[in-house]
Amino acid sequence: MSELLTKDKDIVVPGEILAVGMDFLPSYGTYREGDRIIANKLGLVRIDGKVVKLISLSGRYNPKRGDTIIGNVIDLAISGWRIDTNSAYSAMLSIKDASSEYIARGADLTQYYDIGDLVVAKIVNVTSQKLVDLTMRGPGLRKLDGGRVVNVNTNKVPRVIGKAGSMVTMIKRATGCNIVVGQNGIVWVQGEPEMEICAVDAIKMIEKDSHINGLTNRIKAYLEKTTGKKIDTVEVSSQ
Amino acid sequence: MTYKREGRKNDEPRKIIAKAGVIPRADGSGYFKIGNTEAYAAVYGPRNLFPKFKQDPKKGILRCNYNMMPFSGMGNRVRPGANRRSKEISMVTEKALAPVLDLGDYPNSVVDVFIELPQTDAGSRCAGICAASIALADAGLTMKDLVCSIAIGSINDTLLVDLDYDEEAYEGSVADIPLAVIPRTGELTLLQMDGVVDKDNLFKAFELGKKAIKIIYEVQKNALKDKYKQEASIKTGKAEDKSSAVKKEESDESKTASKEGQK
Repeated sequence: MSELLTKDKDIVVPGEILAVGMDFLPSYGTYREGDRIIANKLGLVRIDGKVVKLISLSGRYNPKRGDTIIGNVIDLAISGWRIDTNSAYSAMLSIKDASSEYIARGADLTQYYDIGDLVVAKIVNVTSQKLVDLTMRGPGLRKLDGGRVVNVNTNKVPRVIGKAGSMVTMIKRATGCNIVVGQNGIVWVQGEPEMEICAVDAIKMIEKDSHINGLTNRIKAYLEKTTGKKIDTVEVSSQ
Repeated sequence: MTYKREGRKNDEPRKIIAKAGVIPRADGSGYFKIGNTEAYAAVYGPRNLFPKFKQDPKKGILRCNYNMMPFSGMGNRVRPGANRRSKEISMVTEKALAPVLDLGDYPNSVVDVFIELPQTDAGSRCAGICAASIALADAGLTMKDLVCSIAIGSINDTLLVDLDYDEEAYEGSVADIPLAVIPRTGELTLLQMDGVVDKDNLFKAFELGKKAIKIIYEVQKNALKDKYKQEASIKTGKAEDKSSAVKKEESDESKTASKEGQK
């Protein structure tokens, strides 16, 4: 006798009972108490067969292995750099992972990255004590020069990227800017000054209006209006 | 001589308004107004904790700060800054909220809760706890439930829910019992008492409290849902598409192509 008390895509608050009975399984954002499954976060309910889970809608970034982030160099250590990850924990970038070229021990680290530089890096490991290790060996991992930075809610990053990157590709095509989206909610934009502003506004619009249907079309209309040129339809348009 | 309440029933709290997400720069925020008592709560974190000796390597810590604004009192200016009373209330607020919060995923970090009261008319610690509980949920933290809080008073042995300042200052035998409850289980996380109440009345006060808690819980829940309601229409397929985190900048051809387009 199992019963579901919520519908798919419902918003629930912590402590709300989602399902009763042992036929359902608690997943991310939920816990079992007796025969009930209860939410322990604020989020959107997803029911996937027998599995009940939540998609969180708010909260700060929590470092995860495999994420590509944009970090800020905050300190130089003996064997590497300390990088702020826009979360509660800073990360370590050791010299052996810092670049595709060989960096000798004792070299002047400021030659490569100095305090205040922005870097695109990938998280290789996160320990239980949240010591984060980064690497910058890999395609697209590099130091960022110039440009401007926008902060977005980490939970909205998938919206900014869009399905298979459709959204960010559209903004790039329309404005001619280089854009890098970090999983930690930092977005870097570089291009011609007016176009940078246009791209930043579009990204802010996505963050603000991501819940209203027809997002892609509205962003497209906005970009066409501000850049004054037609955008050829991007291959993916599910709206 | 029994006390006769004007304007509302003995078991009726004052009018309650609650909102979530009122402070844009905070990680989570809540607003809770009950009668003329108003509380704002802002949550920052989990974030790095200094001084380092305060860090707990097993779990994150919760730090609350209760503050009455200088113009918030009844007539007299409240001296700004911490005082004996506000320190005590900060401490009990922390202990009222800690049992529902799970910060095991955030070792060595801190979650800061700042509760500011622009206007007070008794029951301010309860309003603060209610606002803070909304703010913590809004900040996306792991909590097993919300926390609801209300004060039960007794004037000349008549039990009354949610005293206002005039009632608290009534010439007679007045007692004030602030409670905080985890609504689903009915567990108490805050219980204080100011004044004298006999045992029977204390247990009756708990029953009254449990009834009032239900009203508060609904208001808190609706405040949180209202903020996120529209997001229910999100195309959920997108929410899971995190695979392509960083897009490499466009290839050179398309870049030059779009530049030509501009010209």
